[in-house]
Amino acid sequence: MNWHRINRLGLVVAVAALVAAACGGTTPTTSANWKTAASLSAGGGMDALVAAAKAEGQLNIIATPPDWANYGASIEAFKAKYGIKVNSANPAGGSQDEIDAVNNLAGTSSAPDVLDVGLKYALANTALFTPYKVQTWDDIPAAQKEATGLWWQDYGGFMGIGYDPSKVPGGINSVADLLGPNFRSKVALAGDPLKSNQAVNGILMASLANGGSADDVSKGVDWFHQLKVAGNYVPVIATAATIKAGQTPVVFEWDYLSSSHGKDVAGWKIFEPSNAVLGNYYTQAINKGAPHPAAVRLWEEFLFSNDGQNNWLKGGARPVRMDAMQTAGTLDATAAAALPKVSGTPVFPTAAQQTAAGAYISAHWKAAVG
Amino acid sequence: MTAAGTPAANTAARPTGGGRRLPLTWLGVAPYFLYVGLFLLLPTVILAVGAFTDKEGNPTLSNVTAIGQPYLFSSFVGSAIISIVSALVGAIAGALLAYAVATGNPRGTLRRVVTSAAGVFAQFGGVTLVFAFIATLGTVGLVTVFLKDHGIDIFANGVWLYDPRGLTLIYTYFQIPLMVLVFLPALDGIRPQWREATESLGGNTWQYWRYVAGPLLAPAFLGCTLLLFANAFSAYATAAVLITQGGVLVPLQIAALFQSETGQAQPGLAKALALAMVVIVTIVMLLYALLQRRTSRWLR
Repeated sequence: MNWHRINRLGLVVAVAALVAAACGGTTPTTSANWKTAASLSAGGGMDALVAAAKAEGQLNIIATPPDWANYGASIEAFKAKYGIKVNSANPAGGSQDEIDAVNNLAGTSSAPDVLDVGLKYALANTALFTPYKVQTWDDIPAAQKEATGLWWQDYGGFMGIGYDPSKVPGGINSVADLLGPNFRSKVALAGDPLKSNQAVNGILMASLANGGSADDVSKGVDWFHQLKVAGNYVPVIATAATIKAGQTPVVFEWDYLSSSHGKDVAGWKIFEPSNAVLGNYYTQAINKGAPHPAAVRLWEEFLFSNDGQNNWLKGGARPVRMDAMQTAGTLDATAAAALPKVSGTPVFPTAAQQTAAGAYISAHWKAAVG
Repeated sequence: MTAAGTPAANTAARPTGGGRRLPLTWLGVAPYFLYVGLFLLLPTVILAVGAFTDKEGNPTLSNVTAIGQPYLFSSFVGSAIISIVSALVGAIAGALLAYAVATGNPRGTLRRVVTSAAGVFAQFGGVTLVFAFIATLGTVGLVTVFLKDHGIDIFANGVWLYDPRGLTLIYTYFQIPLMVLVFLPALDGIRPQWREATESLGGNTWQYWRYVAGPLLAPAFLGCTLLLFANAFSAYATAAVLITQGGVLVPLQIAALFQSETGQAQPGLAKALALAMVVIVTIVMLLYALLQRRTSRWLR
């Protein structure tokens, strides 16, 4: 165990706390109204926001690696446009790390200003957030935002079936195809259904394709039973390694993650069934105690502008305003064309529905495919 | 053993003056008891307490009664079947191999090679063993592909390597050598004179095995089979690497109940399952000890 590093970390936190304490009394007065402003107009308009954000000069973001959903390009564009320094902490962290940082660094100048988390984590921690509605708020579908502005979704994708066309002659045109003899020992999930959210959502998608619903995952479990009986199911967790080795040439996984297999398997394709469009979007929220209240609001306005949305799109993630921008003709058509095709009405399971599905799967998975 | 007692009696001549002293003889075993206490008893106590505690820390019986749910009970059945089958296959094949070795030259090359190989393979498990099997018999394994090229598809009816059938096969890989190691001493204890005595009294081979060697070896054979059962029943790493989905076995179910990110984590229930495993293995090992005692009466 590296005590040296831990000590140094402790020192950094302590210094940060001291600095924060020292600065406590001298918060710029221009930011005072932005701390509680729930919209651009409530704070005094765009010019006032830019001025206040520039006065703060910094922005703290967390768990947003530059190659994830093209965040690197967004950060550079934001820096260039407004001259505000962006401190990106713990790029490899997960949702829980972000929540922990908000709690542990509360009151310091190094606390994260903004969060980009899984919906479940946003729902469980609304007490940490402050409401804000970006200018383009109305473009965000009602199911993908909290009515008062405590959280709103930013980008995401759909559950798809990624496959190596060279191993599957004829390709995939429906979920039912997978039960055929071409798929013997080829179909896998991207996680353990007893443990992984991605696996649970894969089974939920199979359920939607077979007459189930977000509330009824049993059809999906039954379908995987048929897949097992047909000899097509491979009970191996599909990873970049198993896909590269050819052990799992057909995989149920999120399309924005599946697209990365293209670099290992030439011609890797993603099929999205039109009768089972299961969505998963990440969620933005502003830290109630954000040390840079104006800069973080400017960051959100930027991310949800056309430029910010197209940046995510270029990274293979679907921005939440995609449909509205398509209608308005402001969507980056080249980047949009590179995404796997999706048609049909998307279903977004709630946290409660996912937990219920997980409980059903835990109790029935072994009997179905064990 | 009796010879060793004589010199010990002579040491009574050491000075005994100065009245009673605090006996220090227990010091020698203190590290052993400390080790057993820390790594066996303490975890068992933590398990037992956790099994009867709910998420809020209140005493409860619900964890233990929950084991009766069909899907959890079926994990025990799954574990038991794999353990019994791999123990029986391992015991029979291992006993035959051990017999072949025991009847050979006691200082011969065959015996030395087999016993040292068994010593290595009995300890070969976990990630490396599973990797070896996946690389040879996996869907794109060397042997699988070779056979497929020659018209034999071993997975024609679906992949069986990643389910209990495959696991049973992999378990026998270390069960057979373990049986050789633990059963060989019993076979060595069978004296040629007994066979000669049988023959000089007019007995044939069948009668020798039925009335002399069989009854002598049966407790040892059963005891070793129980040991193999416990060995398979408690194995985790091999199964966890091979079967990455679903709670087919109790140890995998326990892992799922601890690690679930889908809202199914139930540490109390996991501890109750672990406690049930402790109880089962304890019973098996008690039976093993009883059989060992009976075996040692004749074979030493």
